[in-house]
Amino acid sequence: MLSAAESQALWLSLEVASRSVLWSLPLAVLVAWVLTRARFPGRTLFDAFVHLPLVLPPVAIGYVLLLLFGTRGPIGRWLLETFGIELAFSKSGAALATAVMTFPLMVRAIRIALENVDRGLEAAARTLGAGPLDRFLTITLPLMFPGILAGAVTAFSAGLGEFGAVITFVSNIPGETRTLPLALYTAIQSPNGEAMAARLAVMSFALGLVGLLVAEAFARRMRRSLGR
Amino acid sequence: MLSIALRKKRDGFALDVAFNAPTPGIVALFGRSGCGKSTTIDLIAGLLAPDEGHATLDDITLFDTRTGAHVPAEQRRIGYVFQDSRLFPHLKVESNLRYGQTRARGVEERIGFDEVVALLGLHTLLARRTHQLSGGERQRVALGRALLSQPRLLLLDEPLASIDAARRDEVLPYLEALRDRLSIPMIFVSHQFEEVLRLATHVVLLDGGRVAAQGSTSAVSLRPELRAIVGPDAVGAVLEGTIASVDEARRLAELKLGNGTLRISARDVRVGMSVRVQLLARDVILATEPPHAISVRNAIQGVVADVTDDDNDAKLVRVDIGGGFVLSRVTTAAVEALRLTRGSSVWVLIKAVSMRGHTFTGPARSPES
Repeated sequence: MLSAAESQALWLSLEVASRSVLWSLPLAVLVAWVLTRARFPGRTLFDAFVHLPLVLPPVAIGYVLLLLFGTRGPIGRWLLETFGIELAFSKSGAALATAVMTFPLMVRAIRIALENVDRGLEAAARTLGAGPLDRFLTITLPLMFPGILAGAVTAFSAGLGEFGAVITFVSNIPGETRTLPLALYTAIQSPNGEAMAARLAVMSFALGLVGLLVAEAFARRMRRSLGR
Repeated sequence: MLSIALRKKRDGFALDVAFNAPTPGIVALFGRSGCGKSTTIDLIAGLLAPDEGHATLDDITLFDTRTGAHVPAEQRRIGYVFQDSRLFPHLKVESNLRYGQTRARGVEERIGFDEVVALLGLHTLLARRTHQLSGGERQRVALGRALLSQPRLLLLDEPLASIDAARRDEVLPYLEALRDRLSIPMIFVSHQFEEVLRLATHVVLLDGGRVAAQGSTSAVSLRPELRAIVGPDAVGAVLEGTIASVDEARRLAELKLGNGTLRISARDVRVGMSVRVQLLARDVILATEPPHAISVRNAIQGVVADVTDDDNDAKLVRVDIGGGFVLSRVTTAAVEALRLTRGSSVWVLIKAVSMRGHTFTGPARSPES
């Protein structure tokens, strides 16, 4: 039913979105924790910085990534020389661009979950002999879990469709960076690509819808099991 | 010996509390809401930091701002039973119970899992999720969880407040069992004198962030500061006596108390058991001659220790009955007519029905009975 190019784009999208979620999840938990619990000067500025990808043009984000992580950029050159990792024009680069774009979505969901954790329960764990890391891992994290899961699934779904930052940073290379939306864009641009464009659009719709439903189902199941 | 001294200013409220209490024993922090009871135990637990002060339990210093000594809350080994239970909602009852136990490894285990389950009647609850529990069950699980952390000291913040009055007896007997079987020192916060009467060995009366009075439960029950907190009708001496005989059929028991014996209505008591009673001042009648031909069965001879003003038309007479004191509320007119002054010889009359006995530090009873 799908052509080779179409299924390639589909699998690539799934891979890029998965990698972006896996990389950014631990950092998103940390940032959500810092924004909720830590008090430090410049917190508001940091909060705004984290949320920037929501309001900036994705192309601008892609451009900044190119400047920083391109082979001549300060971080990109260091990564290439030290570890031999090249992000520009690669799958990993696509995952990075996707991670940056979906990061605020993930942080927001995790942050709401953390704000809902009853700090009295952490105090109770403390009186029972649990130190800070122990409390976080055995009480706070499990109680935040529905939010983390919902945040991850939302970010994954949004990541499947990331276009501007990806095409700017890693270009549109078939089999390497041509994800679903990029393939869709390419199909629209080509003279006989209408049928392909239609199939890819329907696929994007279906994936997005499934993602949102799964996120909601996870959240609901966890809430129920926690008796709320 | 438990020695506490704390100062803390917070949100415009100044707490300045100091007390010493014998260990093991149950200290009641008693007072109206907002008097600083919960803040006091949060400071002892280490959940709040004091501006100044110290807490020592036997030879262990929990903190002392003079020397800078400070044990973090998670290493203090102080069990805390919160008013709202604070059971972990993502864990089953058994995992809740084991949470503190697994973190107390390396500490000598004074009370084991099976023992706690039996003591608190938790057997049928182990596999349940916490939101399926009733208020009384939640508090029993919270109590068990705190006990299994092998605490040196147990703090209870109004453990019965979130439970409706009818269900309190679901938890109170367990607390009594703990007191009588384990020798863990406890501090419990309460604004119900009934609970203090049943549980406490030492009472610290708090008012506006300060200690208004402290001492043994009997001693504090005689203090005038108590009246403002419990109200005039609940003022009454707390006395401890020994059961001399039991009349099973009539559910009456004879309690040896000072110079005499009281007949009290009591269930589940045995000869030799120690019983604590409160004689409400409004229910105690004074006579200057030995009574005869009246229906009151309880008469104990005593001597007036002092007479103080209670309100406009009544006075509070404190009577020494030998080994203890009784308070009696008498109208000013009657005090004058009977010429009651310090040293007057009187007969104290108490109706049996006006007392409820509580077994206290008696032989162990099974909590299920």
